[in-house]
Amino acid sequence: METTPENMNLTSSDSGLSGPNGSGVDPSAPMLLSLRDITKSFGAVQALQHVDLDIPAGQVTALIGDNGAGKSTLIKTISGIWAPSSGTMYWQGKEVHVHTPRDASHLGIATVYQDLALCDNLDIVQNMYLGREDTKAGLLDEISMEITTKQTLADLSVSTVKSVRQVVGSLSGGQRQAVAVARAVMRESKLVILDEPTAALGVSQTAQVLELIRTLSSKGIAVLVISHNLNDVFSVADRIAVMYLGTLVSHGPIANYDRNSAVEMITTGRSDRVSAAASSN
Amino acid sequence: MSTETNTEVRTTPSNANVLRLMMTRFRRGDSGMIPIVVGLIALGAYFQIRSSVFLSVGNLSNLMVQATIFVLLGIAEVWLLLLGEIDLSAGFNAGLAGGISVILTDTQFHWAWYFAVGLSLVVTTFFGALWGFLVIGLRLPSFIVTLAGQLGLEGLVLWIIDSQGTGGAISIHGGFLYDIVYADLSTTFTWIFVVGTVLALAVTLIRRNANRAARGLESVPMALLALRIAGLSIAGGLLIWIFNSNRGKFTPIKGMPYAVLLVGAVLGICTFILNKTKPGRYIYAIGGNAEAARRAGVAVNRYRLMAFMMTGLISGIAGLVYASNLNGANDSINGGTLVLYAVASAVIGGTSLFGGRGKMVHALIGGFVIATIYNGMALIQLGAPQQYIATALVLLAAVTIDSVARRGSTLVR
Repeated sequence: METTPENMNLTSSDSGLSGPNGSGVDPSAPMLLSLRDITKSFGAVQALQHVDLDIPAGQVTALIGDNGAGKSTLIKTISGIWAPSSGTMYWQGKEVHVHTPRDASHLGIATVYQDLALCDNLDIVQNMYLGREDTKAGLLDEISMEITTKQTLADLSVSTVKSVRQVVGSLSGGQRQAVAVARAVMRESKLVILDEPTAALGVSQTAQVLELIRTLSSKGIAVLVISHNLNDVFSVADRIAVMYLGTLVSHGPIANYDRNSAVEMITTGRSDRVSAAASSN
Repeated sequence: MSTETNTEVRTTPSNANVLRLMMTRFRRGDSGMIPIVVGLIALGAYFQIRSSVFLSVGNLSNLMVQATIFVLLGIAEVWLLLLGEIDLSAGFNAGLAGGISVILTDTQFHWAWYFAVGLSLVVTTFFGALWGFLVIGLRLPSFIVTLAGQLGLEGLVLWIIDSQGTGGAISIHGGFLYDIVYADLSTTFTWIFVVGTVLALAVTLIRRNANRAARGLESVPMALLALRIAGLSIAGGLLIWIFNSNRGKFTPIKGMPYAVLLVGAVLGICTFILNKTKPGRYIYAIGGNAEAARRAGVAVNRYRLMAFMMTGLISGIAGLVYASNLNGANDSINGGTLVLYAVASAVIGGTSLFGGRGKMVHALIGGFVIATIYNGMALIQLGAPQQYIATALVLLAAVTIDSVARRGSTLVR
């Protein structure tokens, strides 16, 4: 996994974040991804209004909000499903234009949608390499793909999978999520976006996925995770971003929030309890 | 969740576990072709008891030639079944190839056989591509497009054959088309071909296993490997016995018919493409989850079109064998029944009708089952009604096993 020096500086998930200053981000380091004044409208409907969001490297940012708040629109904009109507995206400090999913993946943004986009009839190795198979003399190089797959899963501490030659249809929900995430990571992603990764999972499966998210961030990979489950958010996120009716009403280190204020922000768009630093960060 | 990393290399399951491994696979529904082979042996035993001729080399080699057509058409269908599509026109597309090549070589045209065969295969591939364009471009269901294709091609076959003014049948006067079925490899070359193929497959299996073991990957237990190689050797030995014994009644006939060689070549090439190349991998992926394949950057429509064209091409090859076996082109070819036998062959062998699961070799084994029923029932003097009903029951049984196995299986569908 590639980790640039400045990413390393930001990998401070175990130090400053929960501390009293609550900042957690070195203000001098450039953000991995910054959105400025992003607006997206579909005809008369303004799905996103003037969104400013910063995603630092190596941290887990939870994107929360009620149904229809614009979370999905925002991640689809970031991952190039559609271009924003106006506004600017900065990737590692440089302005970028992401118009297609391919643009996004060239930057190092990988998105794992809720449906995971796995082929149930293919095994784990085949799914991990789908569309970018290793070849030797024009033929599929199964051995090299299998070795890398095993290594990638081991790097992510995914130890529950019996064989990488199992078809994906035989895996549990958490394992499937792990395969989808591992596939994203294997493509040298710097930012992994997860859309409701724990939505359909039981308790132990959810724990596995949360562990996986922690592993990603400890490797210097930024994670943007949409979740409806505040338990998950508070157990895994370093930062929170709250959306309400198409606007990003608040974002900042998780220390600035508690469960009540988060719920208040989700349902009403504001909260008196959020510490002052939160919305300004 | 445990955070310990499991990086240790999984060791090869010991030989004692092979049986258990096979049982698990059986319950998961990927028992391979063992049940079908057992069924085939049972069928063979039954027919042998009812008619002592069944297991004679003469009849078995006849059965093999009958099977070639089902197997080839079955291979043609597997290409599309893997995508969850179907080509109902394959039977008449085959008839078209036979018709075109016989007309061009054996009527007033007197074309060289390679031009005639080449053109007929181009035409059948073109029709495959045409169905593909309609299915992909206009998003029509392949079932309907190729049903229309079946009717249209039947008309075309009738038209070109009847327009020769020979009363609906044109016979072959020797040459390449005749030789496909009625000329044989010498016994020496039969030996060389069979032993060479078995050796090549065995060496490939062993080398792949050794390579995997050398790189620290799970490998097949030696006992299972030995079983597979033994199976291959037995099949090879049977082929040599059947074809190298004299099967002629008056003049000695020995050696493997070219048609069998042709089936082997088509089967080998198609299996190779599916297992070893990117297009093959993508066909499985598209059959499993087309949207996932598309998002992974696979040019889905290109590979779907390729599959339609492969079906057209191989249907054409089957048509050449059919014409050769019939020793001519005939306007009474029943392409509708042929294509159903072809689909039945693939499904009986274990290919799913719903896409994503199947192998080329399924067409081989299923084609044998169909040919055995066809041949055996004729021998014990049951007519067409019983043959149809028996085939129907076998097909129904195969589909039932397929879908029941899938319910408790590793595949979610």
